[in-house]
Order: sequence, then structure tokens, then C-alpha cells
Amino acid sequence: MTLASDPAVALAVPALGAVLIALAGRWPNLRETITLITAALLFAVVVALLPQVLAGERPAALLLTMLPGLALELRVEPLGMLFALVAAGLWIVNSIYSVGYMRANEEEHQTRFYVCFAVALASTMGIAFAGNLLTLFLFYEALTLSTYPLVTHHGTPEAKRAGRLYLGILIGTSIGLLLLGIVWTWWLAGTLEFKPGGILAGVADERVIGGLLALYMFGIGKAALMPLHRWLPAAMVAPTPVSALLHAVAVVKAGVFSVVKVIVYVFGVETIAGMKSVEWLPVVAGVTIVIASIIALRSDNLKRRLAYSTVSQLSYVVLAAALLTPLSVLGAALHIAAHAVSKITLFFAAGAIYTAAHKTEVSQLDGIGRRMPFTMTAFTIGALSLIGIPPLAGFVSKWYILAGAAASGQLAAVAVLVASTLLNAGYFLPIVYAAFFKPPREGDAGHGEAPMPMLLAMGVTALLTMFLFAFADQPLALASRLAAGE
Amino acid sequence: MLTDHLPALQVVVPLMAAPLCVLLRRGWAAWLLAFAVSLATLAIAIALLLQVQATGTISYLLGSWAAPWGIEYRVDAVNAPLLVLVTAIAAVVVPFARASVAAEIPAAQHYLFWATWLLCLAGLLGVAITGDAFNVFVFLEIASLSTYVLIGLGRDRRALMAAYQYLIMGTIGATFIVIGVGLLYLMTGTLNIADLAVRIGDVRQVRPELAALAFLTVGISLKLALFPLHLWLPNAYAYAPSVATAFLAATATKVAVYLLLRFGFTVFGQSHVFANLPMGKMLLVLSIAAMFVASTVAIFQSDIKRMFAYSSVAQIGYITLGISMLSVTGLTGGIVHLFNHGLAKGAIFMLLGCVALRTGQPSIERLAGLGRRMPLTAAGLVIAGLSLIGVPGTVGFVSKWYLVLAALERGWWWLAMLVLLSSLLAVIYVWRVVEACYFREPAGEWKEAPLSMVIPAWLLVAACVYFGLDTTVTVGAASDAARALMGAVQ
Repeated sequence: MTLASDPAVALAVPALGAVLIALAGRWPNLRETITLITAALLFAVVVALLPQVLAGERPAALLLTMLPGLALELRVEPLGMLFALVAAGLWIVNSIYSVGYMRANEEEHQTRFYVCFAVALASTMGIAFAGNLLTLFLFYEALTLSTYPLVTHHGTPEAKRAGRLYLGILIGTSIGLLLLGIVWTWWLAGTLEFKPGGILAGVADERVIGGLLALYMFGIGKAALMPLHRWLPAAMVAPTPVSALLHAVAVVKAGVFSVVKVIVYVFGVETIAGMKSVEWLPVVAGVTIVIASIIALRSDNLKRRLAYSTVSQLSYVVLAAALLTPLSVLGAALHIAAHAVSKITLFFAAGAIYTAAHKTEVSQLDGIGRRMPFTMTAFTIGALSLIGIPPLAGFVSKWYILAGAAASGQLAAVAVLVASTLLNAGYFLPIVYAAFFKPPREGDAGHGEAPMPMLLAMGVTALLTMFLFAFADQPLALASRLAAGE
Repeated sequence: MLTDHLPALQVVVPLMAAPLCVLLRRGWAAWLLAFAVSLATLAIAIALLLQVQATGTISYLLGSWAAPWGIEYRVDAVNAPLLVLVTAIAAVVVPFARASVAAEIPAAQHYLFWATWLLCLAGLLGVAITGDAFNVFVFLEIASLSTYVLIGLGRDRRALMAAYQYLIMGTIGATFIVIGVGLLYLMTGTLNIADLAVRIGDVRQVRPELAALAFLTVGISLKLALFPLHLWLPNAYAYAPSVATAFLAATATKVAVYLLLRFGFTVFGQSHVFANLPMGKMLLVLSIAAMFVASTVAIFQSDIKRMFAYSSVAQIGYITLGISMLSVTGLTGGIVHLFNHGLAKGAIFMLLGCVALRTGQPSIERLAGLGRRMPLTAAGLVIAGLSLIGVPGTVGFVSKWYLVLAALERGWWWLAMLVLLSSLLAVIYVWRVVEACYFREPAGEWKEAPLSMVIPAWLLVAACVYFGLDTTVTVGAASDAARALMGAVQ
């Protein structure tokens, strides 16, 4: 196996990058250059894996034998490939944005910030390429721990409280529930590998499957199913680049990615389809979608609104996977990518507004589109995509999820999706309207657009949101391989 | 051949070095001797472990007097890894101790400290290696008496009181053990452990046999600080010199656990003790109580050494929990946790020694801003703390994995949940440390501790991570031991 096709390289690059960033801490320009080079290199490594995966290969790497019969190993399958592409690609953009944001806002501890970011990305790659549940769990916890210093970056009492909630829920659920589920699975199935068709067929009865599913779904706290979603809005106290890449892309997507992966490769869609004991999951996901949207509608703080929107959108993925039809699973995979590019654009815009105008509340945004037309245009694109309007990424994934729901005759799910679309419009469109059509308030003068790097990053992700609609064939190819049960 | 005498040398080397320290009279010379001895004993222990793994149990007859009349030293799959643990901790503690002892103990007493410490080491190794029940008692007393002295050397005035408290409790424990051994001798006429295991079959269910079991179990439980017999431990650990705490926390209770295994499984036989008598259930209940009560008490401690001492009581609960489940998996979990917890707690108390060196008695307030002032110490505390929680990638995870698996094997899913829930209590007390280190303004202008302290402590921290990722050695040794114990009487 050549070096380029070894998925371990995708972990090694950001890990090594973290070390170099730490060493270069005293020279900010060098440090940021290293971050950008690492990000670009990582993306190149991940892209290099793509042709093999599309050709049906599964590049693998054995890291360590952690327990007898249980190794830490990597194995790239289509869903992980998609997730890794999204996370690695957006890391480049986000790093450009970070440079602008962190410098413009004169944030402290920037070296720690970039180091933790690189470690978080290494952990994310570990999750995306995990070859078994143990490996997934290891990197899942590593991601929680490496993002904790980012959430508590400001070191204020508020940040400390948010950090407690973040860690309490994420570590609490993962050790209290997820680990139990994993050990139980190991005991039942004698393996923790991700296998097409799952590993639980024939070794567990319906009741046990239902219990295990609950352990997994609530144990993966990063998927933010209600009532375990509170860490996500709390994490918004972090600097905006963290909210953008980690709490709209890497961390939360690691959650729903794990959910899809567990449903497809551990339970097996066909194994659990039709079981009574798993029917609660779409209900919980549906309820989360609607309630989170309503909370978003009522939140005046912009980042909080976006956070609750994320909670709601994450449950789209869970719902889609829980519908257990090939089409909806395909939609779930696509929505991971679609929501990522759309939501990161929205967060970039929120951060730009904070940096340029020091505004954090929705009610302060009247007329801001005149001073920051570029930012608000990007924001509008992200918002429309999440509402599900063509020609934007969000439309594609929503289409497949809806088609899956309709095809399997689950009308309640269709109703939830429609209601949530309306709610999405309800909490996004007034912002767009106020920004462009309401007159600015008194004393709002004196600011223009945000710094150039931030605008550049935002422009890229907004364009990506459109590209993902127009050129959906690569993600579609990956997602349909997943849905076909490979 | 010298190598034939390794079992004897394992104990004799530190035992002889102790009086030599007194003769040397110079602190630095005594330290140098202790350092050489700790390396030598580690080398011997590793050689013994390799020999056991290659050729099976080693029986060594002291003075060539044939067992069961003479004293036999017996190294098997159960105690060989324990010898390595004790000597490895010793070898790490001694270099660490140079600066720490200099700061905490008057210079005139240094050579006495090292003499006592070597006696303690000899005693612990003797308990672990001997195959003779009365010899166990003798070495236990050597270890205990020197432990009382080590604790009493603490700077804090309360150290004397703590040592006294432990003296009383420890003596009761030792007395119970010697009564138990006496009753066994009364009935079987032998003191050799292997011989006892054979002959005890003739006197099953006789009242003195049950009394012997009861005395031994309670006596050993006092020594290993099984809840609720742990009351001596928090004060002893909190007020002892940092070096003594680090060494004892990582080794002394572990050796006592070994005794419990030796008597419960090898001598009395697990099928008898655990299947016919309700020992397993009692141990299970007490272990769970330890896990929850001691962890909860730990959360409310302001003295950081006391907090981790209570954490030790809780962690010992995990070890005995593994034993109480009476399966190869459970025992593997218990034994591997014995090893893992030794590493993690050794690391933590050594790092607290670094804190004590710079700030005096480490209370939670003194940790404020440690992340900035003593970054290596603070980071080490975090990693070792994560191991107490059982985060994957640290040794604590491996133990939890086996304990949960053992509980599920038994069909006790509620126990699996309790094990994991109690780990979450550890999150709370570990995070008190993290928040103090990283979120508070530094309370003073402290420098990082000297490298001679930080490097040994970090060796243990690194071991916590390494043996959390590659468990071939630890789990291999633990499951060998577990199989040997479960197969002992069947």
C-alpha cells in the first residue's frame, strides 16, 4: 500500500500539524501558514482516497491492538469518505476565516486555539474512517476533549458553565450509555466491525435491539437528540469559527454520522426494519425537529437561533436514517454534506456581523444588508438552502428524505418535514427581510464589511452551497453506495 | 548460579540495603543506594516474570529446606506481575523523591527515611513472593511498621495522628491475620500455602476453618481499605510525605488485594469461599458501596490529597468488584485495574508532590492557575485524571471495559450500568482539578517543578496512555493470573 492510500495519513497530518503549530506559537504568521498548509494537505490526502472508495475499495490501516481481538483500525467506506471530505474541505475555508476573525477580535490564546483545532480535526478523521466501534468511540471521546478548550476559550464564568454542560452531557452520555451499548454489542456479536447488513442479525431479539438502539441514540450525545441537546446552544459561547466548523460541521456531524453508521453497519437497516421496538426513534427525531425549530423561532440571539436550527437539522439526519428506507438513508448522507456547507455559511455571516458591527441579536439587524451586502447575501443563500429551496444543496437532501418518507408511506414523517420547512422559513426569512428591507436604526453608522479573509471564506461556502446542487453526482455516488448496503 | 536465587534476592537486596543506609548516614548516599536497589529489584522482578511466563511457576526453597517444613518462595502467574508493579513504581519514585524528600523531611533524617522506605519495599515484596502463610504475616508487619513511620514523617502535625490511627487499625488487621493463620495451622499442621490448599480439603466446614476464613478476610480487608474498613486511609495518604503517599497508594493496597486473592482462591478455594459461602455477594455489595460512597465523599474534599485518597477507596472498590464477580473476565478486570490504578494513582500523587513542593500542602485553592504556572504538572494531572474516569486511550478504560463485560456475562446489566455511572462521579472530582488549574488566576509566582520530579511522574502518565492503547502485556498477564486463580480448585 502506498502512503497516499493509507487512511492513517489523514490522522497523522493534522496531528503533526498540531505539534508544528504549537512549536510556531511565537510567530503568528508562520503559525497560521502552518494551519493553512496542514488543512490543504489534509484535504489532498482525503481526496486522494476518493477514487479508490468510488471504485469499491476499502482502504484500511491497522493502528494498534487495543484489546485482545479488538484492534484500533481504520477502514474507509463511502459515508466516512463523504464526512471526511466535508470536514477536511471546510477546514481550509474555516482556517482562512479564523485568521480574519481571531485577529480582528484580538482574541487571546490563539496558539492553543489553532492546536486544539488541529487535534479536533485529527479526531474527526479518526471518527470518519473508524473501522470498528471501539475506534469510533476512542476518537469520539478525543473529539469531545479536544474541543472542550475551544468551547471554554474565553475563560469567563459563562464559558466555564458552558464547558461543564458540554462535557457533562457529552462525556456523561458517551460513558454512561454509549460505552454500555458497545460492550453489550461486543458481548452479543463477538465483533465490533462495521459490516454491511449489520452485526446484530440473529444474535439479539427485538427487545434487546430496542434497548441497544436507545443506548446508541442517546449515548451519541453529539447528535443532540432531545432532551440531550442543551450542550449545543451552550457551546455557542465559543469564538465563532469554533461554532462554525465544530458545532455546525465536525462535532455535530460526527454525532449524526455515528448514528447513521450504527444504524446501517451495526444494526443493519434490513435487520431492524419492521421491528416494533425501534419505532420510537422517528418519533423522538420528529419531535426534536419541531420543538427545536420553535425554540429557534423564539430566540433573539443570532447564534442561539442558529444553534437550535442545527439541533433541528441534525434530527433530519436521524429521522432519515430511522425511516430505514434506502432513499431516506441516501438523503441522510447527503444532508450531512448539505447542512454542513449551508450552516457554516450562516455562522460565518453571524461572525462577520459580530466582528464588523458588534451585533449579536436578531432584533439589531435592521438594515444591515445595506452596509454588509456581501455578508447578508451569503447568509440568504445559506438560509434558503436550509429551507430547502432549489437551486441549493439543502433541496437535494430534503428531496431524498421526503421521497423516502413518502415511498414508505410514513405520512407523519412527511408532515414533520413540511412543518419544519415552514418553521425554517419562519425563523430565517425575517432576518433576511429585516436586513435588506427595513431601514437601519439610529446610530448604526460607522461600519462596513468584515475583514477580507472572512468574506472570502463566506463566499466560498456560499458558492459550495450552490455547487452541491449543481454537481451533486460525487456525493450522490458515495451516498448511493451507502444506501445500496455496500 | 545467581539466577537461581532471584526469588530470594528479590527480598534480600532491599532488606539488606536498609541497615546499610543507617550505616552510610549520609542522605545522598542513602538515596543513591535506594536508587540502585530499586533498579536491581525491578530487573529481578522482570526476570522472574519472564521466567514464569516461559517455564511456569518457580518454587524456591530458602536454605534448601524442603517445603512444607522450610520456607518456600513461590512465583507464579499471579504474583509475578505484582512484583513488577511494586518494583517499577519504586524505581520511578526514588529519582522523584530526591527533591521532594529534601523539601519535606529534615536533612538529618534522610538516611532514616531511606532505610525505612527500603524496609517497606522489602516487606511488600516479601508478602508478594512468599509461599508461607506465617511468613506473609512477618513481611506484612515489616511493611506495616515501616509504613507507620513513613506516614508519621509528614510535615503536617496531623501526620502523627494519621500514622497512629493507621497503627491501631493496621495492628488489628495484622492480629486478625495472624489469628487466621494460627487457626489454619491448628487444623492442618502446615503453614505452606500450597500445602494448605491441599490439606484444607480435609477440614472443610469445620467451625475453626470458617473462623480462620473470617479472621483472614476481615484482617486483609482492613489492609486493603475495603469500604467500610477504609477509615485509616484518607488521613494517612493526605498527611504522609508526598513520596510516601505516591509509593504506598500505588503499591500497599495492591499487595493486600493480592493477599485476598491468595487466601480466597488459592488456599480456601473459590468454589468453597464464594459458591458455598456468601462472600461473593458481600464483596459485591461492599464494592458497589465503595464506588459510590467514596467517590461522592471525594467530590466534597477541599484537600486535594484527601480527595484522591477517597478516590483510591472507590477505585479499590472496582478491583474487589472484579474479584466478586467470580469469572475469568471479572478477575481479569479486577487484576488489570489493580495494575492500572497503581499507575494512575502513582502518577497523580507524584504530581501532587510537585505541587506540594512549590506551594506547600496542596489544597484545591493552591491549584489555581497551575495550567499556566506549572503546565507539565497540570497536564499530567489531567491525563491521569482522565484515566480515573475511564476515558478511552487511558488505562482506566481497559479496566472498565472488562468489568462491564464481566457484569454483562453474568447477565447483571444493572451492575454494568452502576460501574459506568460511578465513573461519572469521577468526572466531577477530576473536573474540579481541571477547572482550578485552568480557569482561575494563578495564586502565586510558582515555577514548574524540577525535571527530576516531573520526568518520573510523566513516565507513569505516559504509561497510563501506553497501556491504555496497547494492552497486550497488561491484559495478557492479568488474564493469565485470572485463569490460574479460577483453575486453582476445580
